[in-house]
Amino acid sequence: MTTGTMPLTDTAPQPKSAWRNAFILLLGDRFALVSLIYLVLLVTAAAIVPELIGEEGTKINLRQRNAPPFTLENGALYLLGGDSLGRPILPLLLEGARTTLLIAVSVVICSMAVGTGIGLVAGFYQRLLGAFIMRAADVIMSFPSLLMAVIVLYVLEPRAANVVIVLGITRLPLYIRVVRAEVLEIRERLFVESARASGATNLRIIVLHILPVIIPTICTVATLDFAGVMLSESSLSFLGVGVQPPTVTWGLMVAMGRNFLTSAWWLAFWPGLAILLTALATNLLSNWLRLAMDPMLRWRLEGTEGEEEEERRDV
Amino acid sequence: MLEFLVRRFLHSLIALACLIALVFILGRLTGDPALLYLPENATLKAIADFREQGGFNDPVLLQFGRYVGGIMELDFGTSYRRNQPAMEIVFEAFPWTLKLAAVTVVLAMLIAMTVGPMAAYRPASIFDRIASVLSLAAASTPDFWVAIIGILVLAVTFGWLPTSGVGGPEYWILPIAVLMLKITGTTTQVVRGSMISTLASPYIKAARAKGMQEERVVFIHALRNSVIAAVTIAGDQARGIVNGAVIVETIFGWPGVGKLLIDAIIQRDFAVLQAAVLATATVILVLNIVIDIIYALLDPRIRLN
Repeated sequence: MTTGTMPLTDTAPQPKSAWRNAFILLLGDRFALVSLIYLVLLVTAAAIVPELIGEEGTKINLRQRNAPPFTLENGALYLLGGDSLGRPILPLLLEGARTTLLIAVSVVICSMAVGTGIGLVAGFYQRLLGAFIMRAADVIMSFPSLLMAVIVLYVLEPRAANVVIVLGITRLPLYIRVVRAEVLEIRERLFVESARASGATNLRIIVLHILPVIIPTICTVATLDFAGVMLSESSLSFLGVGVQPPTVTWGLMVAMGRNFLTSAWWLAFWPGLAILLTALATNLLSNWLRLAMDPMLRWRLEGTEGEEEEERRDV
Repeated sequence: MLEFLVRRFLHSLIALACLIALVFILGRLTGDPALLYLPENATLKAIADFREQGGFNDPVLLQFGRYVGGIMELDFGTSYRRNQPAMEIVFEAFPWTLKLAAVTVVLAMLIAMTVGPMAAYRPASIFDRIASVLSLAAASTPDFWVAIIGILVLAVTFGWLPTSGVGGPEYWILPIAVLMLKITGTTTQVVRGSMISTLASPYIKAARAKGMQEERVVFIHALRNSVIAAVTIAGDQARGIVNGAVIVETIFGWPGVGKLLIDAIIQRDFAVLQAAVLATATVILVLNIVIDIIYALLDPRIRLN
């Protein structure tokens, strides 16, 4: 054995960044990885491409009326076909992506914010106010969302803002329930008690101590809900009570393409496929998020070594 | 148990009362109610006359009293389009939706209870992976799109099935298939998840240690617990069916309550709209109570708590 000088290396493990950890976890679930890539591409394309294409995308061009897809003879823009007014479908799809995704994100953020606030109150002031809030949430929840949305949008005018409000309200009970359940559990923990003992007001306890703990759970619920919101909004647009033309969403595109189903199937096909893929990607990603955020379940994602251990592990 | 029942019943009554009030508010107080009932090109005189006749110029409380009184007698007003009492129209349409929903639920449960345990039997196998992704895809799919594509492919291109309407068994296939998608997908996932965690529990280990056949362990003992998990989400699924039925009935021309609802909206027939919404809500509330009872019956821990 040689005793040449061996440099003394620092054997303390380097702290890995949170991003790197997240990426490793992501690699453990190939579906989630593909979903993330798809979603990032979609959002980037929806944000940038319509601007890049500009005029060409929205010009009415009757010569390309109902142009068939999968040929390049009309130009690259018409790869997915042309609609009944001759506009290329691909830019229209991205335009619709913007509106659909924006509405869905707005609904999720609004219902998340309001629902969390209400849930915090319900969990903290449990006696009277909390009970009342839970009953109200149950009433909202016991009613099919589509029905409620349809009747409300019939009475008020169908606009994007109203759609967001109605869908947001139907989503509230979900967040209220989850947050309240979490708050009820966290309230009993020692660090809350010690905060109270050092004189923290209720508000301070709620905002500074309890809220940070429940944020991961809320985010998981929100991502799980996103696909459902998107599907609901598409259904409303399809039925004609969602956003109205000229605003374009995927659901609306499917509805408009329905009239040309036998002659130009691509009008209805691509938007619906887009909805399916996006909802699926979001669901896969939120499943991954659920596993990644829960330290007890994270082992499922930790690469091949995790898979072998799956066989041996007791849980 | 009785106390539980009474509480649930009262709870549902409150929910129904809130809904009735909400429909009233939406119908009367968000602008001129005559505009909701009459077509958009009605003359001003027609609107004024309608308001007089319908008693919309009376004080709000009086209107509300009349409204609630009408509901007690199941009188929801007369359909402006068809000159028939609104409730009658709804009662005609309901059985169609119930039939569709019942068959769909039974089929969905059968599939979920078969595929779920089979997937949980060998977790991470090819079957499991495919089943998981497929059920997730089924739960993420826009039903109106699948319906349209289904019509295009199966009915128009191949001519195997009719495009819409009611009749013999072939008219049922597409509507049920489309309606079934989301429920089957979600339930399969839930059953599979619950089975996987049940299969890791001590009493299953004990059964295996005692030498019980794996098939019996999985398909009899573990499955029992998963039924409870399925029932837990049954309430959500019921709402999902109503939502789905609206779309499916509209696309396939199925003369149920869903189609009635959308037609009432397109034709601006507010009387029928009110009646349909309230009738559906009542059925759902009753269904939720029944599901809670079944749940309490299945899981002794709930009953005895």
